[in-house]
Amino acid sequence: MSGSTTATANMPTATPHRPATGFWRRALRHRSFVLGGALVLLVFAAALVSLVWTPWPPYDIDIAAKLKPPSAAHWLGTDALGRDVVSLLLVGARSTILVGVIAVGIGLTFGVCLGLTAAALRGWVGELIMRMSDFTFAFPAVLSAIMLAAAIGPGMVTSIIAIGIFQIPIFVRVTRGSANAVWAREFVLAARASGKGRFRITIEHVMPNILSLLIVQATIQFALAILAEAALSYLGLGTQPPQPSWGRMLNDAQTLLFQEPSLAVYPGVAIAIAVEGLNLLGDGLRDLLDPRLARER
Amino acid sequence: MSESANTPLIEVEDLGVTLNTSRGAAQAVRKVSFSLKRGETLGLVGESGCGKSVTALALMGLLADSAVVSGSVRLDGSELVGLRDTDYGKLRGNRISMIFQEPMTALNPIHTIGRQVAEPLRRHKGLSAAQARKEAVFLLDRVGLPDAAKRVDAYPHQFSGGQRQRVTIAMALACQPDVLIADEPTTALDVTIQRQILDLIADLVAERGMAMILISHDLGVIAENVQKMLVMYGGTVIESGPTADVFARMGHPYTQGLFRARPRLGAKKGTRLQTIAGTVPELADLPAGCAFADRCAIVESRCRAALPAAVEVRAGHQVRCLRTDVSMAECA
Repeated sequence: MSGSTTATANMPTATPHRPATGFWRRALRHRSFVLGGALVLLVFAAALVSLVWTPWPPYDIDIAAKLKPPSAAHWLGTDALGRDVVSLLLVGARSTILVGVIAVGIGLTFGVCLGLTAAALRGWVGELIMRMSDFTFAFPAVLSAIMLAAAIGPGMVTSIIAIGIFQIPIFVRVTRGSANAVWAREFVLAARASGKGRFRITIEHVMPNILSLLIVQATIQFALAILAEAALSYLGLGTQPPQPSWGRMLNDAQTLLFQEPSLAVYPGVAIAIAVEGLNLLGDGLRDLLDPRLARER
Repeated sequence: MSESANTPLIEVEDLGVTLNTSRGAAQAVRKVSFSLKRGETLGLVGESGCGKSVTALALMGLLADSAVVSGSVRLDGSELVGLRDTDYGKLRGNRISMIFQEPMTALNPIHTIGRQVAEPLRRHKGLSAAQARKEAVFLLDRVGLPDAAKRVDAYPHQFSGGQRQRVTIAMALACQPDVLIADEPTTALDVTIQRQILDLIADLVAERGMAMILISHDLGVIAENVQKMLVMYGGTVIESGPTADVFARMGHPYTQGLFRARPRLGAKKGTRLQTIAGTVPELADLPAGCAFADRCAIVESRCRAALPAAVEVRAGHQVRCLRTDVSMAECA
């Protein structure tokens, strides 16, 4: 750097770009990121563990051992059909995650594509996309699930599609809003001045600049999808027996709410852990991915 | 280049821009005409909101879709007004380039500078990634970025403002454009860096035989860097001519006011800067006559009747004022 202009003299000497190390160092000091991450990991770990091991076979019905209190054999007791609650919770985590991931995936894929298109092509195309998403947004997930269930029958696929469709307009709005903000930035004008078309600007300039926002939104939507899945299963429109799910466990526990309230508490707490974990994780990510904070060393 | 030295490279005739704002249609640019040959430089000077940048964006075809452009802009004889955006895209960054005012925001923070300089080369010239990168290093070195070969993979935030402006210049010049538009390229920079950047641009313009349009609100910058100048006010050109002639005998009261309002070294202590009383008129609500009438010291009733025609006060030196007899007698 010697012999350069005065302006370069007090510049940091070409420090290698290292977002990774800086990111994790800050991440591990961020309380809600760490707590949220731990809770989410717990849910994922439960789902993974259930693939290879559960304390009891989750589908085994043992009426003789029904409604047992917690013991060494059944850590959280058994339900009305004598199934082990811990095993049900572990396996239930699978449907929760499966529905959440696929539904958010659907919403993210379609929503982001449509939102980016609406931002790139203002005018009637953008307007059409926004009005269509308003239209979809008007139907709550539960209502579209009921309609879908009437058409193709209740089940996990029904709830995935219904929740996924419900997520699309949310992602369309978030994407379009933040993409519009990027389109207004000067480097986009500079990119256009260098001859780039709308498509390339969208891929190379807009998309990377809204990615962190979308990641944060996706974690929040994941939490909402879990709640929606639980609600649909509770209504009997989602995961069908014998496949366990937290929402169905709540439904089952409802009839015994006065005899055995703890049966409703366990899946409730599991849902709360997953949702709260994702919300905290999203909060943490929002702070950590904010470039203004990342910039300061 | 010598064979085409006498035919204009870019010709602008009666350029007009109407912007649709929330307060109605605004005539941001009216009746702007000029032409430039290869190697010629033109300055656009005026206060904020006088239509300089809108003119530049109109030339680049970068105005919002709702803006209405009238008149004609010809590059090497072919008409640009009304060109489809995809066709315009083939010219932008290739034959006609632009440098922006804010080097801090004109670079995408998430891509390396090397990639951003190489981009136009790959798109317009079809270079391979390796070739484009090599060329980018060469260009960055040419614009005076120290250690270009090493820093080509650095990100914009690792550079100072002056260095970033050098990068945007490299980006604009990558494809050897014929026309370069520099929109206040040094306004956001330190005074010490300003000079270096302007000298660099001047060198490159001479080296490559480009035509340059330099936009500035700073008369000093215009005086030193361009051969011809246009003074804009209220969206229209109120004075134009060779820079030396205009500075020798300013014809329009506004140009004279702008000149008197510049800060000077060696002025007596306690001397207040002269100002032009009043403010720039709203573009959405321009008067029918001379836009400067409300601020002019020698205004007459006929000034307000209609936009004054341009008067040729000397070969090539035109002034859009009815009272040049008075204004130019005063300053002579």
